[in-house]
Amino acid sequence: MSERTVIPFGPQHPVLPEPIHLDLVLEDETVVEAIPQIGYIHRGLEKLVEKKDFQQYTYVAERICGICSFMHGMGYCMSIESIMDVKIPDRADYLRTIWAELSRMHSHLLWLGLLADAFGFESLFMHSWRLRERVLDIFEETTGGRVIFSVCDIGGVRKDISSETLKKINESMDIIEKELTELTAVFFKDSSVKYRTKGVGVLSKQLAHDLGAVGPMAKASGLPFDMRTQGYAAYKYLKFEPIIDTDGDSYARTTVRIKEIFQSIDLIRQAISLIPEGEIKTKVVGNPNGEYFTRVEQPRGEVIYYAKANGTKFLDRVRVRTPTFANVPALLETLKGCSLADVPILILTIDPCISCTER
Amino acid sequence: MAILNMSKTLFKSLFHGPYTTLYPLKEKDKYERTRGKIEIDMPQCIYCGMCQRRCPTGAIQVDKASVSWGIDRLKCIQCGYCSEVCPKKCLSMDNHYTTPSYGESKDKFTNA
Repeated sequence: MSERTVIPFGPQHPVLPEPIHLDLVLEDETVVEAIPQIGYIHRGLEKLVEKKDFQQYTYVAERICGICSFMHGMGYCMSIESIMDVKIPDRADYLRTIWAELSRMHSHLLWLGLLADAFGFESLFMHSWRLRERVLDIFEETTGGRVIFSVCDIGGVRKDISSETLKKINESMDIIEKELTELTAVFFKDSSVKYRTKGVGVLSKQLAHDLGAVGPMAKASGLPFDMRTQGYAAYKYLKFEPIIDTDGDSYARTTVRIKEIFQSIDLIRQAISLIPEGEIKTKVVGNPNGEYFTRVEQPRGEVIYYAKANGTKFLDRVRVRTPTFANVPALLETLKGCSLADVPILILTIDPCISCTER
Repeated sequence: MAILNMSKTLFKSLFHGPYTTLYPLKEKDKYERTRGKIEIDMPQCIYCGMCQRRCPTGAIQVDKASVSWGIDRLKCIQCGYCSEVCPKKCLSMDNHYTTPSYGESKDKFTNA
């Protein structure tokens, strides 16, 4: 056995948008073990539920994450609505679905850019992020914000999208789809992309299941876990199948995400064609009393929202199990046996969102 | 043909010009719904304090005695909750951002 070296990775590293620390135990250039350490950006947002009333907390919940902010707000609102037994209008369900799928598109496009940047493909990074701007512009036009939307509310949504704007979104989808086909051809065909991702960090189906991987990490290993199939919001009216791959390597995780962007475009088109007219919000009276678990499919995987209310306007407890937290054990397993140069790519392929994980 | 695809992208990028805007010289177009900053129509205000109570960050200060309404611009998260609960609808969301500032940025409005 050769001598072992410990190399600290992070919390500040060019590939990481957010701080996470890993102690990499190496034998020559091969990683034998990775010891994670988190806690650099804990903000105590779960504790804040005792200070802010349940309606104000909607805005706090949205700020748990800067990328999947809409789905955090939606998960929280869905739990409170279930506790209070509020049935939200159909139009609000559809609007939530449209915004959620747009969030998925912008999150995956951001990730594709970051991946390209991680293996030094700068122009691909620029092209991905340029395309993402189109999605952000739709957000700004419909909600008023580019990253934090403040549109989801308990009982429905706060802003409606007019039929002209929906038509405009539909047209934007055509443009995005065309540009995305050009862009993703590089990911699918380019030899340098394949060289850096194919066969790197293979996670078997059994291991993905045992370690509780979620989202594209699980889907790339052949597990068809997609919470949208449970039919929350308007997903029960839309036709789709979870996208899976069987290779379980970094390349499979990339292709799953790319196909999910195309699937989101399709879901948005379906939602726009089916959206009914009507109210967007149900009036909510009284305070919640009870507890509820909500499971929502975020771009990174399944998020679990647990809320416990006591009949006053302040909740007892809100607990969020975020997808990145569930994917960390799987990440540590894939890191074992990989080369030091592949560590950044592997960390990126779980699409880490550390501010979600630490809240 | 990979090389043809590449040159297509290359020529498109060469002749398109920048996709970004030259910010201080040319400002990006704001949408009608862009959440910039909260504005108040002061003569309408009845100092009920609903906005102060509902504000998630406690950015708003309403004082009935001195007939004033104040906002800490750096605490405000532009959620628009105050403008929604205002009974007189005197609060509104402007689509232009506040100007950058050193230190504190508090605005206070008073009805004479």
